[in-house]
Amino acid sequence: MNRMDESMGPRAGAPGMRGGAGATLSRAGAPAIVVADELETRYRSGDTDERILVLGVLDRIVAEQPAPDLVRAVGVELVRDALRSNDPRLVAAAMGPFAGRHLGDHDWRHGVVKLVFMGVPLAGVARLDERADDELARMAADLAEERGAAGRAIPDDLRALLPAAADASLETGR
Amino acid sequence: MRIFDPHIHMTSRTTDDYEAMYAAGVRAVVEPAFWLGQPRTGVSSYLDYFDAITGWERFRASQFGIRHHAAIALNPKEANDPRCREVMPELDRYLRRESVVAVGETGYDSMTPEEDEVLEAHLDLAIRHALPVVVHTPHRDKKHGTQRTLDVVANSGIAPELVVLDHLNEVTVDLVAERGCWMGFSIYPDTKMDPGRMVAILQRLGTERMLVNSAADWGRSDPLLTAKTGRAMLDAGFTDAEVDTVLWGNPVAFYGQSGRLDVTPLPGFELGGEAELFEGNSILRGAAAVPAGAGAD
Repeated sequence: MNRMDESMGPRAGAPGMRGGAGATLSRAGAPAIVVADELETRYRSGDTDERILVLGVLDRIVAEQPAPDLVRAVGVELVRDALRSNDPRLVAAAMGPFAGRHLGDHDWRHGVVKLVFMGVPLAGVARLDERADDELARMAADLAEERGAAGRAIPDDLRALLPAAADASLETGR
Repeated sequence: MRIFDPHIHMTSRTTDDYEAMYAAGVRAVVEPAFWLGQPRTGVSSYLDYFDAITGWERFRASQFGIRHHAAIALNPKEANDPRCREVMPELDRYLRRESVVAVGETGYDSMTPEEDEVLEAHLDLAIRHALPVVVHTPHRDKKHGTQRTLDVVANSGIAPELVVLDHLNEVTVDLVAERGCWMGFSIYPDTKMDPGRMVAILQRLGTERMLVNSAADWGRSDPLLTAKTGRAMLDAGFTDAEVDTVLWGNPVAFYGQSGRLDVTPLPGFELGGEAELFEGNSILRGAAAVPAGAGAD
């Protein structure tokens, strides 16, 4: 198991993974342009498991860069790409520590709500408590209103995002 | 019951679906361009797709007695990818095709500035080609997205009767009703709308400017939910004529604004309506067989 595998924890050994990616990506001292290009190539040419691996190492790799702007910009593009997909594993991986730190508020909020739609637990969303803001609460309240109007259940993860007052009104059946 | 499904993604469906749709009364469909689940990465895969929905899929539908037309657009989600956005200059030549009756589906996914720009460009294309537009309302932040869509539509100068806002629900329908646009509803097995909820909206707001579709695609969906909604309307006391307005007359009127819609029966299927059943069987069952060589191999 190489360095990247270890850093991925439970995902190590995922089918289709190519361990070589980790060694190159995590090589200390490589110029930013090389690292950025490598990340993008690995992601774009990879299968879903490889893409999940790339998303998973973004945060550490950006943290290692002395001048992180370029690598961070590529990382944001890859995360936005993954958030457009319809595969819950990719969307969940996109909302990890890198997105928690570097994804803009608008895209980040949409990522959270997309996970609610997909039924993926929000426990895996990095920095959820820190970043959840009034706008996310407003989006959650609107979604809860739709679900209520449709006679559908409000999942616990959605309820937890609601402003306190809206949550109380749902409790009492509005 | 004759049915025109105004929004369905047949490239994702099987020939069994076509047979079941025909048996349920579906005689015409519109297939709006959308995404494939797996994001596209460039213009050429888009062009192949446009050719497929205006060519091969139209032929495939015709083998089962179903008139097929398309709507053409860059999908809202892929409007965010600069590699896909390059398809915009290519849309003109597709919008001139006889098989294309609308621009769509356009609209918002995540409500980004890129999506704003592409939605405005689509509305401009619709005005220049004098075509209706199918506008998808977003799954996330739907109420806010619907409101913003209506504002962009109003600012574009397009006539509201040329626009349908689709995937509406109880929370968004009234916003659209008061602006004069058409109201589209996608009936799904467990999300979006179901037949019972659709009937409740029709009871409250009437049948005018209402479009019911299955939006069936590669996700969990059902191309027969238009027919099931028609039956739910009858069960709730709507007349045959009212069901026909919603499931046939309205989509014909909406897409007919293109001047290109052809909903005449396909050759070999002229007598294929429910009225022509003989002892429970369609007398054309043998005559309408798929010709040899039409399969994939």
